[in-house]
Order: sequence, then C-alpha cells, then structure tokens
Amino acid sequence: MAPKMFAGIDVGASATKCMIISEEKEEAGSAVAKTGIDLAGGARKVFEDALSGVDGGGAAVARIVSTGFGRKNVPFADASKTEISCQSMGCYFHFPRAIVIVDIGGQDTKVIRTDADGKLRGFKMNRKCAAGTGTFLEEISHRLDVSLEEMNALAMRSKKDVEIGAFCTVFTGTEILARIREGVSREDLAKGVYKSVVKRAMEMDTLVGDVVLTGGVVAHNRILCDMFSEILGREVLIPPEPQLSGAFGAALYALQEAGQSRLE
Amino acid sequence: MTEIGQRKEIHAAAELKQLLTEYYHELGSAHAEGQKVAWCTSVGPAEVLRSFGFKVYFPENHAAMIGVQRAGEKYIPVANAVGYSPEICSYLTSDIGAYIQHWTPLDKAYGVKSIPKPDVLAYNTNQCRDVKEWFSYYSREFKVPLVGIDSPKYIGEVEDMHVDDVTAQLERLIRQLEGITNRKLDEDQLKGTVGLSLEATNLWKEILETAAHVPSPFTFFDGTIHMAPIVVLRGDRRAVDYYQVLLREMKARIAAGVAAVDGERYRIYWEGMPIWGKLRALSEQFAELRTCVVASTYCNSWIFDDMRESDPVRSMALAYTKLFINRAESAKEQYIAEIAKRFKVDGIIFHDSKTCPHNSNARYGMPSRIRERYGIPSLIINADLNDLRLYSEEQTKTNIEAFVEQMEVA
Repeated sequence: MAPKMFAGIDVGASATKCMIISEEKEEAGSAVAKTGIDLAGGARKVFEDALSGVDGGGAAVARIVSTGFGRKNVPFADASKTEISCQSMGCYFHFPRAIVIVDIGGQDTKVIRTDADGKLRGFKMNRKCAAGTGTFLEEISHRLDVSLEEMNALAMRSKKDVEIGAFCTVFTGTEILARIREGVSREDLAKGVYKSVVKRAMEMDTLVGDVVLTGGVVAHNRILCDMFSEILGREVLIPPEPQLSGAFGAALYALQEAGQSRLE
Repeated sequence: MTEIGQRKEIHAAAELKQLLTEYYHELGSAHAEGQKVAWCTSVGPAEVLRSFGFKVYFPENHAAMIGVQRAGEKYIPVANAVGYSPEICSYLTSDIGAYIQHWTPLDKAYGVKSIPKPDVLAYNTNQCRDVKEWFSYYSREFKVPLVGIDSPKYIGEVEDMHVDDVTAQLERLIRQLEGITNRKLDEDQLKGTVGLSLEATNLWKEILETAAHVPSPFTFFDGTIHMAPIVVLRGDRRAVDYYQVLLREMKARIAAGVAAVDGERYRIYWEGMPIWGKLRALSEQFAELRTCVVASTYCNSWIFDDMRESDPVRSMALAYTKLFINRAESAKEQYIAEIAKRFKVDGIIFHDSKTCPHNSNARYGMPSRIRERYGIPSLIINADLNDLRLYSEEQTKTNIEAFVEQMEVA
C-alpha cells in the first residue's frame, strides 16, 4: 500500500503552486505554473504535475488544503486556509522560533508575526496599492526594457545607489523615465527599484528579531535578500523553496487536519 | 433556524421601513403643507430645530443611503469635477454629486422623488469640518441661512469651559432661529423634545447593550440599519415607540437563546465608519466565520445620555460635545478599551476610512497601544465609507479570514 500523502495548493495572483508531502513532512512532489484565468483548472494541473513522481498518484493523497487568493476556487480541496496562516505554518517549520515573515508576492506584500510556539500573532498586508509587490517589478521591468527574469542580474551589476522616491507604481514609472533622461544607468535604476521594494516592506512594520523572507518575488530576485540583510544589519532567513512556502504550509495543515471530515 | 452565513432577520425591520417611509414622505410634502424644513448634521441640534416646528432632514442619512445603493462611484466624480476633492468626505462628494445630477436614493428606498428643499441649515462641527463645508454648499445653492456650532475639538476631559462655550453657541443659534422663524422658542417644547431624545437614546443604548450577552442577539450590521430612528427621529415620540419594540425583540432573543450569528465563536469590535456598500457582504462573511461583530463606536455615537429635560440647552451642549469623535486620543482609547472589555471581544477591527480621517482611529498608533496595554489584537482595514473605489474586496476578505484564523490558534 502506498504511503499517505498530503497536498497544499497555493493559488496566488501570479503563480499557482502545489506541494505534496509525506506523513514525515518530506516533499514528495511539487509544481509551479502561471496563474491563468481558469483558477480551478490551473490548480488541477499543478496538482497533477506535482503528483507525477508520487507513488499511488492522486489516490495516495489523503487530504488537500488550498490557500492563496484563489483558495476558494479549488473545488477538489478538502479545506482552505489563508496564505497568511499557511506562510506562518510553512516558515515556522523551517525556523521553529519567534519569527517575522516578510512575504513578497505577485500582488501583495505581507508581514506576518509567528511566536515561539508557531502561533500566528498578527499580520499586516500592504494597502490596495501594488507598489512594492511583484506586479510593481513587472511594470518597472517594461520601463527598463528588460525581462523580469533579467532584472535581478541587471541590478547586481549596479555600481551606484539611486534613490527611487515615488510611492506609486505609475509615478515610479514616470520617475524612471526622468532618470533615464538624466543619464542614470539601467543597472543603477534596477537596483534602486529593488531597494524601494525593501523600503515599502520595512515601513509596514518594525522588523525586530529573526526575519524570514519568502514568496515568489524573493525566489526569483535574490538581490532582495542581500538588501534586507544589509539594511537590517543581520542575515535574513530564507526557507529552502521560498515560492513554495505557502503551499508547503497548506500541506502541513492538510497533514495536521487529517482525519477531520471533508469540508464541502 | 438560519443556515450558516445567512443574516438573521429582525422582525421589527418591517416597522422600521414603515416608519422611515412615513418620515421621508412627511419631509417630501412639508412645503406643500405649509411647514418649514431644516437640514441638520447627524449629531447636530435637532432638538432645537424640532422645537421651532421644523421638519428635520439629515443629509448624512441620505449620503449613507447613496453608499448602501452603491452609487458613490457614479456621483463622487461629479462633485470632484466642480472642485470638491476626492480626498475629502465621500458623504459630502457623493451627496453633492447626486444633487447636481438630480438623483436621490430616496426614490428606490421610499418612493420619494427628490430631497426636501431647506429653509435653514444647521450644523455642528463636533464631527468634522466637512459637515460645515457640505452645508455651506447647500446654503449658497438654495440661498438659505446657515447656522451652527463650531465645537471645541480633540477634548480629553470635558470641562465646564467647553460646555460653557457650546451652551453660548446654542443660545446664539436659538436667537438666530428666532429671527429666521420670527417666533420665540417655546421652552416647554424644547424640554419635551430633549426628554424624548433622552428616552430614545436610553432605549438605543439598552438595545446596543444586549449585544454584551453571549451569544449576542444583535450585530453591528443590524445596528447600522436600526440606528436610523435615533439619527433622524431624535426628539420625536416615534423613535421611542420603535426602540421599545426593537428592545423587546432583542430581550426575547436573549431569553430564547437566539444568537444573531449561529454558533458564535468569536466576538469583534468594529471601530470606525461602516463600509456602506458592503454591509451585506461583510455581515455574511462574519456569519460564515461564526464571528459576531458585537460592538462599535459608530452605533454608540448616538447615545446622548447626558441630556436633561430640566436643563435642556446646557445638557445638550454637554452631550453633543462629549461625543466620541470629538475627543482626544487618550479619551478614545479608554472608551474603546472599556467597551471591548464589557462586550467580551476577542479582537478589534479598525476601519481606516480614506476620506473620513476624523472617524478613523488607527492613524496615531492606537491599535498598537491597545494591543500592548490591554492585550487585544486588532486588524486594520483600509477602505472607505462611500467610495468603493478605495476598497479592495479580496484583500479585505483575506484579512478578515486570517484575523479569525489568528483567533483560532490563540
């Protein structure tokens, strides 16, 4: 008989992620795909992709917990939890002590406080505005005429600090055009943009104690980790797969709740 | 038995609808029947106006209805275009915009085609500056007198000097109204009106207090609907009669063990303005989460239990100055903490209403102070009273759900 598995599916604004874990809390499979228009279909697809290497396939999965902004759009999930609770659960597993999690996602940034017992103690989410999120970086990459994937490497080549002052994504775009006209290099501008992402997160809450940095934006833009460490004056903690920490947390919830009745 | 997530209907609501229909039709026909109409701010000197025989209309109630009917986004830009900023009170901008476009939510709600024209406008800035600017617009528009009280603001302890000031302003306002109406104030009439206000306000307080019971028979969302008489019919016998009916129903719910939210697990305090266009959606979300919003500063703002029939003017001055919104941070903090304790709440939701800074209390560190001093967790929601363009539904829903999840693990 195949071992029991537990799945977490994180339907985020930009990407849909799935992680499948064993009863021993070890990863058995995972998958990531761009979130499209069909949230339920996308969730099904990442679930199936994550199952590809799992003994017994879908039949082995005892429970599924969905999370993320599309958590209510996963009809085959047994229960749902907010991404705030799931990030708290997922990050605490890797760093079992009082932590402050900074989750930078496609559409929002969150600061989540988890106590030494792993209990969620409070959280803050950015306002409606997209400044400081993945969407912001995407918009600015167009302005710099560079792909989002290349922007991290571009910023790493910067030699000079440039301050980006605007709060708003659109106004930042305008500010960047003005700086280009002034002759500021793309490399320096790219670095300035990342720095503004860090600043937006740091003004949301006081980041005292152990800071865990996670989320899709962190996974793909490692320069942010260096910047956070530099500004905080200490190393920030990064979970093994930052983009999957929410899905992992959801899978841990599935394991924790196993045995409970299926929620329709 | 209701299903989880369903709002539990209050039987008195039918009577409320009838009462408000009657009230708005009376206003609609006032001029035809030779009566004068005064417009009044929601915590303005309504008792004085009624004592002069005015039919009293409250633009804030009208603006809240614009919000409930989700028409703010249509009319706010109209006011913006004539120079009223999108940053100022969205009651003001939606109401002025609707006026410019000759539209009123009264039509859909009560079959009343237009707002009643004012003969005089009376304000009290105990809420904010915006009400005065709002009324000034209509004073210019209708070419009618504007009278009012410029209240001392941000008060910690209410002292005699504050009450002396407002008493003097009320006396001046009475003299102005005597000039406008060409008649002397009937002091017995004022005493009677203040007496009726006190009676209604005490009943309203008792109704709100029923929510201290576990499980609560009444929610903040019910309160936002059933508060209408204490706003628009303060000093009128019908408000007293209505609240007696509603109080009986709430007491009966307690006696029968009926909860407003089936399976109530958590109790929340709502601080700040309602999000008028999302009352139903929010009340359903809380009901699904088996969480009851049991108390609010907003609904409590119409408790004026300092009014005294024996000393009407000075007691009105005290009651209208002591108002929560008019107070200093320290007084507000104590007030919230006391209610949170008495209503046994598990957490506080602060609505930071973009265009209502005076009734948004999360901007000067209060949530952190309350968490540190009293151990009460809180959540801040960024939204607005009437401008739904400032509201992110998905973010707010996730925030509320996560806040309840936080309580589950606490």
